[in-house]
Amino acid sequence: MRTLDLIQETATALRANRVRSSLTILGIVIGISSVIALVSIGQGAASSVQSSIESLGSNLLQVTPGAQRGPGGFGVSAGRGGARTLTQDDADAIAKNVQNIVGVASEVSGRYQIVAKGTNTNTTVDGVSAGYPDIRNLQIADGSFFNDSQNASLAKVAVLGPTAAGDLFGTNDDGTPVGGIVGQTIRIKGLEFRIIGVTAPKGGTGFFSQDDIIYVPVMSAQRFLSGNQYLTSIDIQAADSVVMTQIQSDVTDLLLARHHIGDPTAADFSVINQADILASASSVTGTLTILLGAIAGISLLVGGIGIMNMMLTTVTERTKEIGLRKAIGAKKADIRAQFLAEAVALTAIGGIVGIALGAAISYGVNLSGLVKTTVSFSAITLAFGVSAGTGIVFGYYPARRAANLNPIDALRYE
Amino acid sequence: MIGVRNITKTYGEGATAFQALKNVSFDIQDGESVAIMGPSGSGKSTLMHILGCLDTPTSGTYILDGKDVSTLSDDELAKIRSEKIGFVFQMFNLLKRTTVLRNVMLPLVYDMNIGAEEREVRAQGALEAAGLSREFETHLSNELSGGQIQRVAIARALVNDPTMILADEPTGNLDTKSGETVLATFQKLNRDGRTIILITHERGIAEHAGRIISLRDGEIVEDSKTHTPRKIPHAHA
Repeated sequence: MRTLDLIQETATALRANRVRSSLTILGIVIGISSVIALVSIGQGAASSVQSSIESLGSNLLQVTPGAQRGPGGFGVSAGRGGARTLTQDDADAIAKNVQNIVGVASEVSGRYQIVAKGTNTNTTVDGVSAGYPDIRNLQIADGSFFNDSQNASLAKVAVLGPTAAGDLFGTNDDGTPVGGIVGQTIRIKGLEFRIIGVTAPKGGTGFFSQDDIIYVPVMSAQRFLSGNQYLTSIDIQAADSVVMTQIQSDVTDLLLARHHIGDPTAADFSVINQADILASASSVTGTLTILLGAIAGISLLVGGIGIMNMMLTTVTERTKEIGLRKAIGAKKADIRAQFLAEAVALTAIGGIVGIALGAAISYGVNLSGLVKTTVSFSAITLAFGVSAGTGIVFGYYPARRAANLNPIDALRYE
Repeated sequence: MIGVRNITKTYGEGATAFQALKNVSFDIQDGESVAIMGPSGSGKSTLMHILGCLDTPTSGTYILDGKDVSTLSDDELAKIRSEKIGFVFQMFNLLKRTTVLRNVMLPLVYDMNIGAEEREVRAQGALEAAGLSREFETHLSNELSGGQIQRVAIARALVNDPTMILADEPTGNLDTKSGETVLATFQKLNRDGRTIILITHERGIAEHAGRIISLRDGEIVEDSKTHTPRKIPHAHA
């Protein structure tokens, strides 16, 4: 049987049972589109988490105040990051004593109500040292960042993240903050700060947004905002990724000594390695993607069973036709090819529609802003391969059954 | 030319074994028209299946055009059917919702040596030989009358230029007039040199053929030439 004949026969057969064919195709469409959509959402979540972590800066270690416990280890935990154990002296000591460090930045973070010309917003105010932009990959879009002397002189200056700037001063149509912000003033905790710069967007969505933030000199923040000498974190940039583990242990030893703590498990701080965060986040998002894919795979399996069901019904209904075809010269392979082609055509059509629908769902999710999704070429080829494979696997048994029918019995079949 | 030698067909085994054909032998020359006649249970259907290469005998040989086809595999039999045999069935067995022309071309679809253009030419020739006018080519098979449908089926049986046309009760589902038209078509094809084998249980139908082989309980009880095959009175084939 020629390929062209096979296509013609298949088209005729599928058209003869339009409703049944459509419903069977729908099963495959749902399976394939959910595979595409859910995998793209999973991958989108993974890459969003990864880029958020990477945009923090490269080769980064972060020292945060650890949970402080009372004697005996049964005290109330003050919560990681909430403790007050790190000071600027600790940061200076790290910069001075630990090898292979490119930069150290101190940070005092808090949330305050910000007022500017009648509008106001509640956002994170980050007191940071002048070296912070280098360590954290922070780009200045407008104006400049503050320098060491502004920090030392407790200058009341502020650099705005683009989201915070937009919230306070309005945005252009494309969502970027309006111009002319530099030079204006905002009030943080009732105190006036002069805006000297606006940072470029860093991305990150939802809880990961790094743009809804206001930077002020760390010493100004300690004096005017938090009112104490403690830091909420110390960021350390390593020379390269190889020395990060060494730095991690050096910093731990140094701070344990400085805080007079003999037992490392009782440390009142923790040193987090960016690579560790990335690895654990990737493993979580990877598991999520597999989970979503597996759920979608089940629906594809159900769709495949639908194909088999329809093909078995078709073979029974067309027993006489199969008998006739065999009587006039069709070989087993001809009959098998004909029914296999029908099953594969069902899944191929379902696959194409499913890919389109899945891409549309993924695009819709993208528009909603929840997760930045991308439909990868590999996901499409995989889904299409799976759908064609489904057709062959679930179509093979009915096709074989048709091919093995005895022509005499088939012709007599009523 | 057809040679049947000592053919036996047994269904089942042991105590329940049933001999549908017992030691049957005969020859059919090219260009003959033969009716195989017998009541139900006489073994005529079994004989038709063997002659049509749909089944193989338990013992004995069946020579078709000089080739022993009694021990071939399913796919080899399919090839013989595709090349040498044209079937006409009582139930017509046309593909529904398919045009007359495509129905007639169907056997050629399974012959890889015949191109699409040649198929159409041969199908048109077969329709003409079966006495159906060309205007019906594009009709769907379910739009025709019984007699017309059976002539489409005859055209389909002719299209692969077979050694013989095997017709199983071809008038069984037709009214008398349509039946006579169909029988006249067979007589015309026979005059054109075709070998026709007609399977029927009615002597009145069988008498349209030039020779009658009568079966009873799996054995030949009569093999006679009808000197004057019955003429169709007002045939308009």
